[in-house]
Amino acid sequence: MIGSATNQPFIRLEGVRKVYRFGGKEFLAVSDVTMDINEGELVSLVGPSGCGKSTLLKILAGLHGHDGGTVEIGNPETPFTPGRDIGMVFQQALLLKWRTILDNVLLPAEILGLPRAASRERARDLLAMVGLENFADAYPSQLSGGMQQRASIARSLVHDPKLILMDEPFGALDALTRERMNLELMRIWKESGKTILFVTHGIQEAVFLGSQVAVLTAGPARMAAHLDIDLPEPRSLSVKTSEQFGNYTKQIYALLGME
Amino acid sequence: MPRFLHGYLYAILAHIGFVVLWQVAVSVGRIPSYILPGPIETIAALAEPSYNWFRHIWVTTAEIFGGYAIATVVGVALAVLFVWVPPLNAALMPLLITLNMVPKVAMAPLFIIWFSYGIVPNMLIAFTICFFPIVLTTYRGLIEVEPDLLNLVKSLKGNRWQIFTKIQLPGSLPFLFSGMKVAAVLAVAGAVVGEFIASDSGLGYFLLVQQNALNTSAMMMALILITGIGVVLYGLVALLEYVFVTRKGISA
Repeated sequence: MIGSATNQPFIRLEGVRKVYRFGGKEFLAVSDVTMDINEGELVSLVGPSGCGKSTLLKILAGLHGHDGGTVEIGNPETPFTPGRDIGMVFQQALLLKWRTILDNVLLPAEILGLPRAASRERARDLLAMVGLENFADAYPSQLSGGMQQRASIARSLVHDPKLILMDEPFGALDALTRERMNLELMRIWKESGKTILFVTHGIQEAVFLGSQVAVLTAGPARMAAHLDIDLPEPRSLSVKTSEQFGNYTKQIYALLGME
Repeated sequence: MPRFLHGYLYAILAHIGFVVLWQVAVSVGRIPSYILPGPIETIAALAEPSYNWFRHIWVTTAEIFGGYAIATVVGVALAVLFVWVPPLNAALMPLLITLNMVPKVAMAPLFIIWFSYGIVPNMLIAFTICFFPIVLTTYRGLIEVEPDLLNLVKSLKGNRWQIFTKIQLPGSLPFLFSGMKVAAVLAVAGAVVGEFIASDSGLGYFLLVQQNALNTSAMMMALILITGIGVVLYGLVALLEYVFVTRKGISA
């Protein structure tokens, strides 16, 4: 593999720094974020509110600039087009109430002006993948919170982007639905082969899903550490009771000063 | 009874009950008919050919619907303009709020001087009285967009027009309809006030003429017809709302 282009990381972050200014005062939103993410990896970003997780996602989405450091996405093998190759999932599903589930999933394809027939077919395949094939013509109000979030995951994939950014996607769901959605996301991630950045408050969730976990702290906002998670694959819920899993979560609690 | 009427059963019964109560009150209370005629006497007024009902109904309907249509078009257009050009909103929205405080009823005599009397000035009075709620609610609906939804569109380099047509405009519909419902009630009042001030036809004009003759049953019938026109207008808006909003499970 030496010298092969595939060895280059898909995302390279080095000393990324972001400062907000309010009324003459400077407020450090993100600092010292350094990490490499390979293509097809699911990486968790965990930390308390105000640690700059969401800001980091917005920098990667091209919605914010950064004030220092390097942000590189894409490699010669897999080039990345800004403003095209981004899929986003938020805490709220944010489906358009007046559109059917199928038409909601199609929104990114419409914005990018992709061919209609092919997009519709892809949207139907994605709805089948997230288990909503029978709800293509339903309206969002007819779906539960978990189902709406599945639809929003399908929406983030419809234009076949190379990077999916998820900002606490399961934070508004009840605990049991959240566990189920973790398993679903694991499966969807494997089936789609996408690179996913997953922001969460949940330490268990971060360890369970991520092949690496970046730990960010607040006050000052900075990246405290970066763990490679080595757990037996395929991961099932039983892994959460293993000693290894417990060690990882302990480490993260310690890093967040919560031990 | 047809199935679709089941949900409305109590509402229909209440309306019938009201009319029955009216008749009973008049009969039992021995109220003279020049004070309050019963429903039967009131309906009998429809049979009087010299009242020219159709002409008056037509004039008042044209004033209400015309003023209302202009208000909807101008109201939505202004709201859209305010959203697209924020400085215009900053300057003109407070002015509109001030102007809205002007009692439009008191402006009617001026309208007569400016536009003479007839259907068109009355339409304009109906328009001025009812367009403000449409501007306000539509504007609110247009600016109420989830910031993360905007982020989603911007992350794909979506343009302003796409945000407007795909998210803002359809999202503002529940707000628009609630404004239109308020406006429907006001439009009816506006047109009738215009007719009171100066006109030579319309149900409001007819009402005043019959007052001079103490012809209470004709007055009551005119009142019922004006109400009827308002109910039809309100019903049409409610129907549109049902088709475009309620049926899809959307709420404001």
